Amino acid sequence: MEWDTGATAWMLTSASLVLLMTPGLAFFYGGMVRAKSVLNMMMMSFGAMGVIGVIYVLWGWSMSYGTDVGGIIGNPFDQFGLSGTIFDSAGEAVSSTLGNYPQVVDVAFQVTFAIITTALISGAIADRVKYGSWMVFVAIWVTLSYFPLAHMVWGGGLLSASPDGIAAAIFGTTDGVASVAPIDFAGGTVVHINAGVAGLVLVLLIGARKGFGKEPMRPHNLPFVMLGAALLWFGWFGFNAGSAFGANATAGLAWVNTTTAAAAAMLAWLITEKIRDGHATSLGAASGVVAGLVAITPAAGALSPVGSIFLGAIAGALCALAVGLKYRFGYDDSLDVVGVHLVGGLVGTVGVGFFATETGLFYGGGFDQLVVQVVIAVVAMIFSGVVTLVIGLIIKNTLGWRVSEDAEVGGIDLAVHGEGAYETLGGGRVITEVRS
Amino acid sequence: MKLVTGIIQPHRLDDVKSALEAAGVRGMTVSEASGYGRQKGHTEVYRGAEYTVDLVPKVRIEVLVEDEDAGVVTGVIVQAAQTGKIGDGKVWTVPVDDVARVRTGEHGAAAL
Repeated sequence: MEWDTGATAWMLTSASLVLLMTPGLAFFYGGMVRAKSVLNMMMMSFGAMGVIGVIYVLWGWSMSYGTDVGGIIGNPFDQFGLSGTIFDSAGEAVSSTLGNYPQVVDVAFQVTFAIITTALISGAIADRVKYGSWMVFVAIWVTLSYFPLAHMVWGGGLLSASPDGIAAAIFGTTDGVASVAPIDFAGGTVVHINAGVAGLVLVLLIGARKGFGKEPMRPHNLPFVMLGAALLWFGWFGFNAGSAFGANATAGLAWVNTTTAAAAAMLAWLITEKIRDGHATSLGAASGVVAGLVAITPAAGALSPVGSIFLGAIAGALCALAVGLKYRFGYDDSLDVVGVHLVGGLVGTVGVGFFATETGLFYGGGFDQLVVQVVIAVVAMIFSGVVTLVIGLIIKNTLGWRVSEDAEVGGIDLAVHGEGAYETLGGGRVITEVRS
Repeated sequence: MKLVTGIIQPHRLDDVKSALEAAGVRGMTVSEASGYGRQKGHTEVYRGAEYTVDLVPKVRIEVLVEDEDAGVVTGVIVQAAQTGKIGDGKVWTVPVDDVARVRTGEHGAAAL
């Protein structure tokens, strides 16, 4: 078989870009916490890379894209360890179902999505969680929440255009697929709503950081936050333009929409906080960029660039307002995973129903697409919420979530990891005998 | 001997330093400080949360002088640091028993 080498090269490049987003996220989050917990924050992202990098080839791919079981998951044993995923029984490389390139490239691309989605949750529960409990949570959550949602939306399950899916049940089918297909281009539901809801549920279970609402907990290193936002933006080209599954016009459109929405959202966030608080902050710029990127994620292939300006601006302004809600309602979503990813993910997923150039309400498409988008967003929220609650409760009653108050106040970096980002333990001397 | 200590606005440091040099002061110690006075700082909003900022950045300037020069040096600092706005700072004087110059071991006025 002759592969489309352009598509193959672009998809491998995209996979690499998306993988870079997780270290980027580590900087984005790491800069936002206090100096005494930056290493723990970054380690939560790196830990997700470790756990999911292993799990994905074992059962992750199979649960996402293997043989469908009830529209909810793929059979984990079907392609366990990627058996039959890369080469068929005749020894030939298996082709992707999405483009004319080898399927193993899809595995590379998709593992990076599973990693970044799970890592996103860590920002909600910064500074206070046992590292072992986090690592166990990562493994269980990605298995029971991420893989099933990826299957439901992208693997032909309930939230896809499948004739057995919810959209088909509402508006019927045409030529064997849902007449009004749900649109989630690169993961508004699977990635952002999923992670945002999980963050909210965990925060409610785990509780606030000690001193929340009393002591100032301002970012300790804003250049890190800006660096992280820049890496996320760059990596997002793989995330969105790579989700065209080819080197083509859709990929180009997704690239342009991604940048346009991020730019508009940054401006909207800065204007909102300048009016409200009197300052256009660097934290606002970085957060605005991410809010726009989140919102355009489900919509990147379905909007016009002008539509993307509006979607990005709405996301930037709404998220800027939403990050203040935690003080009003008293939940310590430490780094605004709910305010940015849940709110931004909802703006994007529902916004598709208004702004999609072919089916959106503002383009004469009627209400059908909007209804489908609202339904998939709500189903994703309920699914993620219930699954996360169950996992969170089990961990709370077995391993426990919180580090000791002493460790939290003294600094989780030193207590849990035995190191500090900017200070050494001080004093003392080396007592290991050095052989000369 | 006296120790004159001034807590001033950071942006007035250069002017105060020049004025002290012009007045014949040959040495001083400058350090960063933070604190508040009668107005107790201010409040500001950052990312949706309101904060009181009660420790405001200041500069501490310390000068060792002979007894009869203390009043002049205090006056020089006050004049050069003054903007007339809230937060201009304070200057005070305390007596000093002895001073030693490390390099030579001299004591008292000779060490100033």
